[in-house]
Amino acid sequence: MSVNAQLRWRKFVSNFMLTMTGVCALISVSVLFFILGYLVYHGGAAINWDFFTKLPAPVGENGGGMANAIVGSAKLLLLATCFGVPIGFFGAIYLAEFSSSKIAFVVRYAADLLNGVPSIVIGIFAYSLAVQPFKHFSTYAGGFALGVMMIPITLRSTEEFLLGVPRSLREGAMALGASKWKTIGTVIVPAAYRGILTAILLAFARVAGETAPLLFTALGNRFWSNGWNEPTASLPVMIYNYALSPFEDWHRQAWAAGLVLLALILIINIVARAILSRGVSVPRA
Amino acid sequence: MATTSTTVPSAGPLAGSRSFFDRLRDGDEIARLITFLFAASVVLITLLIVYELWQGSVLPRHKFGFAFFRTSVWDPNFEQFGALPFIFGTLVTSAVALFIAVPLGIGAAIFLAELATARLSDALEFFIDLLAAVPSVIYGLLGIFIVVPVMRDVVQPALKNTLGFIPLFKGPAFGIGFLTAGVVLAIMVIPYIISVSREILLSVPRDQREAALALGSTRWESTWKVVVPFARTGIMGSIFLALARALGETMAVTMVIGNTPAIAASLFSPGDSIASVIANQFTEATGELYTQSLIELGLVLFLLTFILNGLARLLIVLTSQRGGTAHA
Amino acid sequence: MHASVRQAVSVNITPPATTGSSRETAAPADMRMTISKVNFWYGPKQTLFDINLGIATSKVTALIGPSGCGKSTLLRTLDRMHETVRNARLEGEILLDGKNILAQDVTQLRRRVGMVFQRPNPFPKSIFENVAYGLRINGSKLPMPEAVEKSLRHAALWDEVKDHLHKSAYELSGGQQQRLCIARALAVEPEVLLLDEPCSALDPISTAKIEELLVQLKDLCTIVTVTHNMQQAARISDFTAFLLNGQVIEFSPTPQLFTKPTDPRTEAYITGRFG
Repeated sequence: MSVNAQLRWRKFVSNFMLTMTGVCALISVSVLFFILGYLVYHGGAAINWDFFTKLPAPVGENGGGMANAIVGSAKLLLLATCFGVPIGFFGAIYLAEFSSSKIAFVVRYAADLLNGVPSIVIGIFAYSLAVQPFKHFSTYAGGFALGVMMIPITLRSTEEFLLGVPRSLREGAMALGASKWKTIGTVIVPAAYRGILTAILLAFARVAGETAPLLFTALGNRFWSNGWNEPTASLPVMIYNYALSPFEDWHRQAWAAGLVLLALILIINIVARAILSRGVSVPRA
Repeated sequence: MATTSTTVPSAGPLAGSRSFFDRLRDGDEIARLITFLFAASVVLITLLIVYELWQGSVLPRHKFGFAFFRTSVWDPNFEQFGALPFIFGTLVTSAVALFIAVPLGIGAAIFLAELATARLSDALEFFIDLLAAVPSVIYGLLGIFIVVPVMRDVVQPALKNTLGFIPLFKGPAFGIGFLTAGVVLAIMVIPYIISVSREILLSVPRDQREAALALGSTRWESTWKVVVPFARTGIMGSIFLALARALGETMAVTMVIGNTPAIAASLFSPGDSIASVIANQFTEATGELYTQSLIELGLVLFLLTFILNGLARLLIVLTSQRGGTAHA
Repeated sequence: MHASVRQAVSVNITPPATTGSSRETAAPADMRMTISKVNFWYGPKQTLFDINLGIATSKVTALIGPSGCGKSTLLRTLDRMHETVRNARLEGEILLDGKNILAQDVTQLRRRVGMVFQRPNPFPKSIFENVAYGLRINGSKLPMPEAVEKSLRHAALWDEVKDHLHKSAYELSGGQQQRLCIARALAVEPEVLLLDEPCSALDPISTAKIEELLVQLKDLCTIVTVTHNMQQAARISDFTAFLLNGQVIEFSPTPQLFTKPTDPRTEAYITGRFG
């Protein structure tokens, strides 16, 4: 090829490939909008007052709602937060303020490992610990499973934000005679509160959509679940069951539940990021 | 006690300059102990998981040994449990997923890191992060009602007509199966490849690209022949991360894979993955051997993701320390 | 050091006819590149003002001046590297062999005008592949091993690496890496070689080696170098341009600029009163 022709070819290849990368980016991002679009289209039509207030109708009948699943999810998430967040939070305080680097390494490693465990395996774990010994499924077990999943996210993020508080703040407080735990409680944690709150919200959003760990812990329930010791319905599990069912009406309700669930998760995510961006910016590694 | 207990700003976590009693009185020792217990519980939980998985699978481990991984028969009625179909299904769907997601993801990451303005790049990254937050069951929902019909009515017939001579694309096509599950998985793991690769590409030193351009490279040549190779290790790490995610993915796969323990050459065939068979059969498993075989599958999954995640993190750390590989 | 300054002063070069005006272009016999009426902006801020300079063929031209005076910015316009930054804007003309580089294809231009950067930046490849890179992308038909050897010899690196060509470039020392970058740039046989403070990240011995190299490379190609080290400029360059606040204050044959500067600001800078 002559020099000129070769150069033209190289430039053509360059423009073509660079355009293709743009196409890849476009495809990837547009998936999000497709998902939202379909959910709004199918789910929006199915959402009505009944959805939020009624119990599921008997199998095969149309109508009914997912009130029990909504309440069930709320209970599970409450349990999960009460279990997982304190462990993550106080554990992070230990890592950032008290621990030696060796112990810190071990704990961080364990947290990262925990983070990578597939959710179905967490479900098996929670089953072994919280269902099998008691011989029945319960809301407690489900809450425990979800709580375990919240731990690593809360721990690592909180630690990062605690460590990001400037030295000068700590030393200022201690120079005034504050004990370590007072410094932590009154100065360090408040200084990092934005990041910590974001961490908790993101962990919450993550487990709100989890289905697999609930399959053999909280199981499901077509009626109200009384107290905390009974199996309970939850939004994700309802979506799963309804979507796989042969009933049109249930498919419709699955869309509605999907819309509600995704809306909740996306809103929490956006809020969490908004909180973070208005505060101290985290240095990207 | 007449010690002058002046509080000195401590240089580190071990405030050795204060006496034990001072710390105790101020509550620091207690705080330290309490927070230590919380931190230790993280390690405890992790160890417990391993323990429970190991103990909970003792029966099939003794009965089948390593044959568990070679047998393809999964028959609860006759208490025959072989993991091969599920390992096969997991590997095939992950391979399909990576085959689709890696080029798309790296292409998108290149666009975001090299071509887009900072604002556009951040804006798109925001959406990609949201995509990563979508729960699995919703991908499954869309999988069943949108992807499956499209596969059944459009994609699979098209593949059969054009590439039907390859065993991969032979056989009846119902829309569910390995290919569909792989497609859904691909959509789910793309965000991971994009975010990590984008960060790695952004961290490649500017003067690498400039050196390539200064030698008369086109923009694509400088990106593909210099910047991307520089970031190669980290990008590999992002792929491992995506693979780890794909392996453990349960709900979306369960909803579209067909739930048949089959080993087949055709991608149109229904099958099963490790995660989906656990999800489907765990609550109905009768008898200890059955349940424990499923737990052993869980153990396998745990080990696989553990190794992959470990490798991924290693590769990503190596990149950021070194700033790329030393030798191409 | 004094010996080398004296030596630079006493070298017999074809003197340009510089007149009293401090901003007039020197007019030696043969100009490889001509910069005329160049103004440059980063976003709203103008950083180069009405630059007019001639770069003499087969000579070393040095750009000196205090930090922030625009010398690197100016250098980077010569191979249009300023275009890699989004808000950069250039007005004026830059001619290479009489043709405006701003109107040409940039990829081709950069083959003809090469650049060596301040910090050595070899690719994560072997020594051989680093040098061969430019040749490969330009589809060179030359046999690679010979071409690579030739460039490495020109960069005075061959003897040190000839038995290790397939080792990673990162195993070389800083000075060697910079010579590798010079070899890499030379491989595509550019007509002009631009060097942006090539020795600022190196130790004195490596610096001396590279300075020696640059003087020898004149025969191969025209050299333009930015340096903040005045002694270096005095040692190795034939012509020197002194920049301040984005303007060329004075441009003359090196001995003249250093011994008889016409502008008081030049004199203040070279005597160390600022910068």
